Amino acid sequence: MIRFTHVSKLYPKGGPALDDVSFHVNRGEFVFLTGPSGAGKSTILKLVYVDQRPSQGEVRIAGQSSVTLTGSAVPKLRRRLGVVFQDFRLLEDRTAEQNVAFALEVIGTPQDAIGPKVARVLTQVGLAGKATALPHELSGGEQQRVAIARALVNDPLVLLADEPTGNLDDRATRGIFQLLRDINATGTAVLMATHDLATVRANPYRTLEMNRGKLVYDSASEHPAAADEFDAPVPDASETPQ
Amino acid sequence: MNLAVREALRAFQRAPMLSLLSITTIAFSLFAFGLFGLVYLNLRDALAQVEERVEIRGFVAEGTSAEATSAAVGDIAAFPEVASVRYVSDVQALERARRELGEFEDVFEAGILPASIEVRLREGQRDPESVRSVARRLEFYDFIDDIRYGEEWVEKLYKIRNIATAVGLSLGVIFAIVAIIIIGSTIRMAVLARSREIHIMRLVGATNGFIRAPFLVEGFLKGVLGGLLALVLTYFTFEFVGQYVVEATYFGSGLAVLGVLAGALIGLLGSAVSVGRHLRRV
Ligand SMILES: Nc1ncnc2c1ncn2[C@@H]1O[C@H](COP(=O)(O)OP(=O)(O)O)[C@@H](O)[C@H]1O
Ligand SMILES: [Mg+2]
Repeated sequence: MIRFTHVSKLYPKGGPALDDVSFHVNRGEFVFLTGPSGAGKSTILKLVYVDQRPSQGEVRIAGQSSVTLTGSAVPKLRRRLGVVFQDFRLLEDRTAEQNVAFALEVIGTPQDAIGPKVARVLTQVGLAGKATALPHELSGGEQQRVAIARALVNDPLVLLADEPTGNLDDRATRGIFQLLRDINATGTAVLMATHDLATVRANPYRTLEMNRGKLVYDSASEHPAAADEFDAPVPDASETPQ
Repeated sequence: MNLAVREALRAFQRAPMLSLLSITTIAFSLFAFGLFGLVYLNLRDALAQVEERVEIRGFVAEGTSAEATSAAVGDIAAFPEVASVRYVSDVQALERARRELGEFEDVFEAGILPASIEVRLREGQRDPESVRSVARRLEFYDFIDDIRYGEEWVEKLYKIRNIATAVGLSLGVIFAIVAIIIIGSTIRMAVLARSREIHIMRLVGATNGFIRAPFLVEGFLKGVLGGLLALVLTYFTFEFVGQYVVEATYFGSGLAVLGVLAGALIGLLGSAVSVGRHLRRV
């Protein structure tokens, strides 16, 4: 579903952020992306949600190729991805439910479909009781749950999480990680960048390790790689009329 | 789209002074257009009245034969610009002068006023250019001594009208450009103020059109408000002038609507030219 083929990335100023990276992620998979700071983890995620384009090679996401993807096709692709960050990126002047609803409003979801979707996803992340709280009235872990709810509300194929527990204490970290596992259990793929080695080691999930822009370890390639029948276009179930 | 309107109103709240400034500049731009538009309209009416009285008078030399003058009258009547030609004999001229200036009737003696040929031009042919050209053709007749046509004040009125038009247009254009620039900078601030929203909109897959819409709505609303303000300003100026200076005519409702639409256009344009550029930076 996500396939990197000999991908290199050079930022306009700076050295190579990615150097000849190839891997793929299947539907429903849970994948850790690890490595020291500056290794290129965020860059990989940015290439997936098309915040950046590869300098060389090809990135394929849900049947779309970075080589042929036009700028105007990007929004539609992003509606099938969910993204969360270390710093939550909530709108401070809106409540939890308004933050989640915002993600639906701006892609033209019909007004009467928004309420039920928001309520369902807030329940899923365990925040049904805090729907009307403003971000500053919530703990860090709760704010990240709002952000995850916002990322999930469009039923994405994959949840991209860039150090989602980087700002959280141990207890909140465990909570968020458990939530990501639960989400994965419903069939959503999760690609999680983290340098929290304790969490990575404690879990049996596939790990991609980056160092200085190179993919230095892929736990899946220790086993014979499964034939990739997953690159075919994925039917677009989450499409919303505009 | 009501989302776009809501977000545009939020932008008003967030930067009320700057919003007011944009509205005022748009208003001034249209005020300049409007004021000089009024000057133009009123001068045009005045000119039309004055032009009706534009008359070319060729004075006929003493002793010219009646055949010669009546042949000339026939010729001149055939000029395409000419509406009517009249021969006024010296006797008629004297009578008229006595009638018009009754109390001085003794001043005039027979033979003091020459006979003349009076030419009136058709509507639309009364501008200085045509007047001069007909006057030049009258000069060809040997028996016409002197030609008068009040050239000075006709040309002066035309000049005033042209200057007013040019000043109004250039001031209006300058203010419109200033308005567009100021709107551009308000858009820049609005984009920065909304950079988080914009970032999230992009992340969740909002289209560029959707991201742009609130800014365009904002510009449009400012333009409409500016247009209305300009209308109010010109109306008060007009009332003031009407009361203390000179009776004048105001815009018809069609022109007023056009003014507000022009404001909307300036606002929309100001937003449209800058929103893309600023969006690319956040
Ligand atoms: N926008 C950018 N412009 C220039 N260099 C960048 C940019 N983003 C990241 N880099 C560089 O690319 C490399 C990889 O960065 P990143 O992908 O953020 O690593 P990580 O997320 O693993 O810490 C780093 O050297 C970083 O300085
Ligand atoms: Mg990073």
